Amino acid sequence: MSSMLKIQDLHASVEDKTILKGINLEVKAGEVHAIMGPNGSGKSTLASVIAGKEDYEVEKGEIVLEGENIDELAAEERAHKGIFLSFQYPVEIPGVTVTNFMKTAINETRKAQGQEEMPANQMLKLIREKSELLEIDRRFLSRSLNEGFSGGEKKRNEIFQMAMLEPKLAILDETDSGLDIDALRIVANGVNKLKNKDNATIVITHYQRLLDYIVPDYVHVLYNGRIVKSGGKELAHELEEKGYDWIKEEVNA
Amino acid sequence: MELKEKLLSSFLAFENQVNVDSYVHDVRSEAIKTFEDKGFPNKKDEAWKYTSLNKVLKEDYSVFAKDAEALDYKDVKQYFIHDIDSYKIVFIDGKYSSHLSETTHDGMDVCLMSAALTKPKYHVVIKNYFNKVAKDESLSALNTAFSREGAFIHIPKNKLAEKPIQIIHFSTGNESALMLQPRNLIIVDENSHVQIIERHQSLTDNAILTNSVTEIFANKRAIVDYYKVQNDKQTSSLIDNTYINQKDQSHVSVHTFAFGGKLTRNNLNFYQNGERIDSTMKGITIIGDKQHVDHNTLVHHIEPNCESHQDYKGIFGDSSTGVFNGKVVVEKEAQKTNAFQANNNILISDKATINTKPQLEIFADDVKCSHGCTIGQLDESAMFYLRSRGIPEKEAKALLMYAFANNVLESVKIPELKKRINKLIANKLGVNIGFDL
Repeated sequence: MSSMLKIQDLHASVEDKTILKGINLEVKAGEVHAIMGPNGSGKSTLASVIAGKEDYEVEKGEIVLEGENIDELAAEERAHKGIFLSFQYPVEIPGVTVTNFMKTAINETRKAQGQEEMPANQMLKLIREKSELLEIDRRFLSRSLNEGFSGGEKKRNEIFQMAMLEPKLAILDETDSGLDIDALRIVANGVNKLKNKDNATIVITHYQRLLDYIVPDYVHVLYNGRIVKSGGKELAHELEEKGYDWIKEEVNA
Repeated sequence: MELKEKLLSSFLAFENQVNVDSYVHDVRSEAIKTFEDKGFPNKKDEAWKYTSLNKVLKEDYSVFAKDAEALDYKDVKQYFIHDIDSYKIVFIDGKYSSHLSETTHDGMDVCLMSAALTKPKYHVVIKNYFNKVAKDESLSALNTAFSREGAFIHIPKNKLAEKPIQIIHFSTGNESALMLQPRNLIIVDENSHVQIIERHQSLTDNAILTNSVTEIFANKRAIVDYYKVQNDKQTSSLIDNTYINQKDQSHVSVHTFAFGGKLTRNNLNFYQNGERIDSTMKGITIIGDKQHVDHNTLVHHIEPNCESHQDYKGIFGDSSTGVFNGKVVVEKEAQKTNAFQANNNILISDKATINTKPQLEIFADDVKCSHGCTIGQLDESAMFYLRSRGIPEKEAKALLMYAFANNVLESVKIPELKKRINKLIANKLGVNIGFDL
């Protein structure tokens, strides 16, 4: 299988504080990787750095997507190459409807890829199809983006966007937080349906709960800016049972 | 010769062209004296502290334009809201263009000020309304002194003007610099309703200074929706003086879309002479370069149980400057007044400036008055969110700016106009994305 994402010795800081201290990670097409770890270990930072958030400075190391170094690319260029970040805290944008937002995102991506804008009827069909997948009410689509959405609606909307954009690499940052069990099932079901042999998913989570629904091929434990342990899906269960203290002890020993 | 001197001597020439033995001319003669006394406003006047007319007044304006050649409709079609049926009152270099206009006397008057000021059948109306709400501020007085042409609209009782009315002023550059002083009078009688769109458009790079006065009388239960589209050339300046007199239960809204020109000053004054009146002022300002837009509003709450709503959004780029000065006066008798004012601004350049000043003078004790001004930048986390979805920086900024301003558009009642404003906004922000889904 071909390499989708390869991260080598990645060091990143924000406001002169180093958060990532040498991350190594390889994700191949068709795989699901889970990244777990205690609060403050750098999970969300890793997600933001891969997606190209400018507040973070990459001090060292590299991020390679399908053989191409993307360190210098802007967030939108990374999106055009197929990276998608499902936000832990999706931003509320009053005045921009979900539909208009999606239409702009898709057409700007197509423009960047040298394609024509998507015809309106095709766009509507796609929106209908994908909103059904996420069990999203049609009225919801004409509301302002994330404004007044419940926690569950925000996360469902994130996965709806993912379904619309069909990324090669999806990073789900704490997508399970704030979800009740029904919403969790809908979201996980959506993610699973979008999975295929040509794309890859990184699931960032504090708890093992989501991993019952989106079953990972690999589990990594991030602690203090490094991946300190990797294993199969059974590692997630071990963490659920024993918590993170034993990992901390192992590392600090 | 200084412009003031030139105008004063031009008044003598003007008197040779109009009937001086008339009520109207008595009003003009008073007005020219007022202007002579007061002169042009300068920065020492509190209301003009942040807007200097010096540069604009330096040009050697012609006060009387030569007759311009007729314009072809197809060449100026883009400045009309052309996809709707409407009445049109069109002027070229200050003179009426019958060719581009569509007026009416059928059940209501949508016609010319020159007719209203001179024809005997309008004498009573003119005596009752002309210059009755405009104040004797220097620029308004100057306009009054030279008042001769403009739009005259009279909607009688219980009448719904079924088509919007467009008032458009073109300037052609026939003169190297031209000063225009249109005078509009709009009377909407009891239970009547009218929608008006006003635009000033220069077709030349020659200097244009427009000093316009519009008087609006909304009688009992009248509804007036007025839209000002200001998207002119960098060589054109506009001083808009609008005075609105409202009677019981009337609703008047004025939307001002200030997308540029060299200098734009909007003096918008509402006087609530009745109860249960609603006055609405909304504006979107989007400017760049060295453009200057100044919104100077006044709502005078005189009687009880009335409302006023002000919502102005501004986006300032490059070295542009903006001013918002919103004055709300609540008289002692005006109990249960509900006055709301908001002015929110985004500066997208380090060199852009906005001066915003709410001014509340409240003499009643049982009122609700709120005001808020904000000046900010675009939200970084929202920018990252949009960009992470593949929307490039420029388009993401545009989308956020549109989102910031667009609630002002919600109250625009003419869908075609709303569409046009959406396009103008996309154009101003330099992007080709549809905002109107």
